[in-house]
Amino acid sequence: MRRALPIFVVLAGLLVAIAIANPYFLEPPAFLAFVKRAAPLVILAAGQYFVIVSGEFDLSVGSLITAEVVIAARLIDGSAAATWPVLALLIVLGLLTGLVNGTVTTLLRVPSFITTLGMLLILSGAIFLWTGGAPRGALSPQFRELGRGSLGPVPWSVLILAAVAAAAICAMRAGFGHTLIAAGDNDRAAALSGVRVARVRTVAFMISGLSAAVAAILLGGFAGVSAQVGQGLEFQAITAVVLGGVALGGGRGSVVAAMAGAFTLEALFTLLNLYGISGAVEPAVQGVIIIAAVALGAVSLPRRRAAAAS
Amino acid sequence: MRSYSRRLLASAALAVLTLSAAACTSDKPGPSASAAPAGSTGSEDKGTGAQSKFFVQADYDAQMAMRRAQPTGSPDKPWEQSIDPQFVDTAKYKKAGPYHLCFSNAAVNNPWRQVGWKTMQAEVALHKEITKFTALDAEGKDDKQISDIAELTGKGCDALIVSPNTTATLTPAVSGACPKVPVIVFDRGVQTDCPVTFIKPIGGYAFGAAAAEFLIDKVPPGGKILALRILPGVDVLETRWSAAKVAFDKSDLKVVGVEFTDGDAAKTKSVVSDYIQRYGKIDGVWMDAGATAVAAVEAFEDAGQPVPPINGEDQQDFLKKWSDAKLTAVAPTYPTYQWRTPVIAALKILKGEQVPKVWNLPQPTITQENLATYLKPGMPPLHYALCGCENLPGYPQKWGGTS
Repeated sequence: MRRALPIFVVLAGLLVAIAIANPYFLEPPAFLAFVKRAAPLVILAAGQYFVIVSGEFDLSVGSLITAEVVIAARLIDGSAAATWPVLALLIVLGLLTGLVNGTVTTLLRVPSFITTLGMLLILSGAIFLWTGGAPRGALSPQFRELGRGSLGPVPWSVLILAAVAAAAICAMRAGFGHTLIAAGDNDRAAALSGVRVARVRTVAFMISGLSAAVAAILLGGFAGVSAQVGQGLEFQAITAVVLGGVALGGGRGSVVAAMAGAFTLEALFTLLNLYGISGAVEPAVQGVIIIAAVALGAVSLPRRRAAAAS
Repeated sequence: MRSYSRRLLASAALAVLTLSAAACTSDKPGPSASAAPAGSTGSEDKGTGAQSKFFVQADYDAQMAMRRAQPTGSPDKPWEQSIDPQFVDTAKYKKAGPYHLCFSNAAVNNPWRQVGWKTMQAEVALHKEITKFTALDAEGKDDKQISDIAELTGKGCDALIVSPNTTATLTPAVSGACPKVPVIVFDRGVQTDCPVTFIKPIGGYAFGAAAAEFLIDKVPPGGKILALRILPGVDVLETRWSAAKVAFDKSDLKVVGVEFTDGDAAKTKSVVSDYIQRYGKIDGVWMDAGATAVAAVEAFEDAGQPVPPINGEDQQDFLKKWSDAKLTAVAPTYPTYQWRTPVIAALKILKGEQVPKVWNLPQPTITQENLATYLKPGMPPLHYALCGCENLPGYPQKWGGTS
């Protein structure tokens, strides 16, 4: 938890800055709207955390989200009856994509970077081929409700986010979390002490795929069908995780910090917008964050390790 | 491991950037564009920014004149109408049927082109004298279209229809085809007058101006306008915004933001929500394309605010929202019925009938008065109402609709 502290300080600072620019922001409706908008990225970052902490990457989540939303629209085509079966199908599809990513990475020993980059290209190509760039069909109002509607004053996406966060924290506190971190820190040592590294990592990829499916359901609900819905989200998720102080390469960092990183990124974008800074700088900001966070980690970690050794 | 991953991430970022940059080709402004007047100074206070490099005053003036002109021909068949036609003689192309028509298509990668392509195929099916129709899809790639055109000129086509992917790059390919076969160009133009006819709706300036003038009319003076654009640097979109800028600069409205949405619904909705939060209230929304208009409307609904005057396009999802939510809205169009005209033109040319050198098609605007005419229940949400396809065989099923 102590490791997660810096990101919470940054997040609090950003929220205060937003509140100064726009006092209305701290009122419940506006703040809930902010959490609602951040929810898909936070969920995606939580999923990405599992993969990164186990020492891998998942670049396929963005195009997986696009694929899921487009498929959902085509299959539902506005019909209420099809909503729940399609929701279940999306979850299965997310898990399946993760299973493929994980199996190819661990059993065929293709670096996860290449596996998931390949999956990104395969999914986006397949979607383009299937739709010709113009998604057909429509999401039903019932499907949209999850990303758009609310239970009383609290948006559904905020409730879903809370459930996901609780599940992620539980998973990391359980034995699975410990073996995952052990596999990311030093996979050979973990394997020698009895961790089934391949299986643990594959499960991590499946969790990432699942998080992409949930994010797709929320994003599709929020704004409807679009062939661009997932564009760039894989990098936003990785940026968020890195921002939360999770080490690329695995073995260090907490899932709470990764989710806080996603909130921080979203808060940063909100703040930039409030001050009228063009959305075009968002990728540049992300780039700076990734480089700075990883560089800082590289500088401070050996020192900390040396201190621990002495 | 750590430095390995970092390098991989950097190259990934690079790869993705290159991919996305290559995905959207656009024309650089030609030399004529640099002569664009700097006459629109004093616009800083209107918040519209500097005028686009793509703005050409003469083209703008011509399109504004065409908006007021009366097209010739029957209003029931706008795809056969033309504005200010300068007819050219086509006797030298006259030949007996049956005919083999060829078509080099830039792409079918968006809903507009999909609707258009289906409409063109249905138009071809209407004419028994066309016994063969060869179409090649360039998939949005200039190099593929150049080789497509070369291939088609060797296939014994009686006439070649070209919908160029980009203007400048495709010009030599079209010039090369002209001596061998009568060429018909539509949608985007080429920088040569060798095609027998060039078919287009009035154009982007007319679109942008129609939407801006509606807002100037409906929004009280001093009102805050949010302008949403897909992306910068694409000629056909730059003209839309530059005409709107001219109109807003002359108005009492304040453009509080010009934002790019990448044509993405979620991003559009977020941008609009941000502006509602920042300014408390937005009094009008201008859009350079209608695909994300519904998302913009939803942002106001979800914020619990009345939807201000807004423009969309002739896509069914927007028209339905407009009608259901009783919006104050307007929908300028870039009609997909223009995909019928090249086939008609090709047959006219092969029969030796005169055709306009530049075939300017009317570009209607959907207003509250005629909304009901264009609202077509049963058609898919991304269907374009101005397809001119209602009387073609196979409608509505071929266009994805149900009767």
